[in-house]
Amino acid sequence: MLKIEHLKKHFGNQIVLDDINLEIKKGQITCIIGQSGSGKTVLFRHIIGLLFPDGGRILLDNHPISYPGIKPSEFNRYRKRFGILFQGAALFDSMNVGENLAFPLREHTRHTESEINNIIGESLEMVGLKEEFKNKMPSELSGGMRSRVGLARALVMKPEIMLYDEPTSALDPIMTDKINDLILSLREKLGMTSIVVTHDIGSAYKISDKIAMIHEGRIIFDGSPAQIRKSRNPYIQQFIRGQRKLHYAVEGEEVYSGQFDLERLRKSEISERMFRVPLKTESPSDKQTQDPQEHE
Amino acid sequence: MNILLSGIIKVGYSGRRIWHFFAEFLRSVNRYGILFFQTFARLHLLFKNPDITVSHMFNLGIESVPLISVIALFLGSETVIQSVYQMQGFAPMRYLGVLVCKSIVTELGPVITAMVFAGRVATGIAAEIGSMKGSEQLDAMQVLSLDSIRYLIVPKTAACIIMLPALAIWAEFLAILGALVTVILNVDVTVHTFLSGLQLFFNPMDVFVGIAKTMVFGATVAITGAHFGFEAKSGAEGVGNATTKAVVTSAVLILVFDFLIALLFL
Repeated sequence: MLKIEHLKKHFGNQIVLDDINLEIKKGQITCIIGQSGSGKTVLFRHIIGLLFPDGGRILLDNHPISYPGIKPSEFNRYRKRFGILFQGAALFDSMNVGENLAFPLREHTRHTESEINNIIGESLEMVGLKEEFKNKMPSELSGGMRSRVGLARALVMKPEIMLYDEPTSALDPIMTDKINDLILSLREKLGMTSIVVTHDIGSAYKISDKIAMIHEGRIIFDGSPAQIRKSRNPYIQQFIRGQRKLHYAVEGEEVYSGQFDLERLRKSEISERMFRVPLKTESPSDKQTQDPQEHE
Repeated sequence: MNILLSGIIKVGYSGRRIWHFFAEFLRSVNRYGILFFQTFARLHLLFKNPDITVSHMFNLGIESVPLISVIALFLGSETVIQSVYQMQGFAPMRYLGVLVCKSIVTELGPVITAMVFAGRVATGIAAEIGSMKGSEQLDAMQVLSLDSIRYLIVPKTAACIIMLPALAIWAEFLAILGALVTVILNVDVTVHTFLSGLQLFFNPMDVFVGIAKTMVFGATVAITGAHFGFEAKSGAEGVGNATTKAVVTSAVLILVFDFLIALLFL
């Protein structure tokens, strides 16, 4: 449904996205994970047309919707196919909940006010909120409620693809689980395709059909949650285990071409600090005195 | 030799910084001009959502009345006192009313009202839009295919263009009232003499030019506030800087346009 081909983006001299390739199938929930500053949000903004690439392209049903030199107004015809939930929900704080949901309906559809009220009621019900919330201002809502209202606002226009930018950051574990369940229920009830940008690996495991991990502007993993757990890439293991230091989990010799060079790391002076198990070739006298626990 | 070389390098770096500053200034002026034209190109869309404009007319205009009223009263009083001081010894006091009327109607009324309006409204618009930018509300509008200029800037601009002339007229009325009270209490001129002076050499064209000026000032205040709101960096400091730049730039532009209008029409 959505294909990202060789996407590149730089800001000045800084390369943020470097040859991103990703395919998202219809009805799939794809989580894009990565460390802070890895380029997840920049990729997200490319997909929703807030940024445009310096190289590569994005295709929607095989139609190019984003490529270098495109006019921002050309993307507008595709916008209605996307629904977006921003981090913090981005509710219009001069309007109450009902007006937030009604705003896009009044401007883009010919529904009567009573039809709009019905649609608002259905959307609020879908996200587990009562109709009384319509008159509340965004400042009166908790973080979880704001996320759900933001989701309801995205759903009123009946998008085909929902995008979530860190939907569970700043939420407590229980609310996080509720949002995860909502994302899953949208797929079950509406067959919705979802792309979730997150650094919450627990949520990614729960909801994803596919996980893509970005590291230094490249996709270094693209597969199922089960596959990512088994991955022997130390950068992936470092992220999914939440460890400050790289943990070298591989017993044998494996080289991940283009991602890091084992030989270079072995020779590196900092390899002992980076890895829990030292990578340098040890002399017999070293083996007698060295304790792996000392490197933590 | 090394000192000379390092001096040349420092001059080079300073020159580059100055060049970058001017380049960014020109880019900002370009964006301001684009926003100006984009706003006026969408004015006809006001009629689809007139309730938003009416709401802004109340918030930006009516709610400015108390502040402008106080300032106008003191403006009129101060004008009388200064006029009496300047005229003593060389001009008859029967021309006091003329001087006060001309000063207030042609210049002080529109300009001081616009300055006070800018201090309140330009900062408010810059703060609102800067905060919306920081909380991704502007991005949310864009992804919902809602034109932020149409929904945020055009109604505010229209409200300012309508309300600032009305506020200026109200301010001129109160200023002359304040002047009259000061004359009664503090100046050795009869009320009849003063009121006769107000009507002497009164030219309705002065009022029309004053109103035309305030319409230009109103548009300037709204678009300047919006421009710096869109340019605001995220966070409290970014929004704070945007509001300061909005009011300072509005004040400068009000004086520039005042000069240009005076040059063209007077």
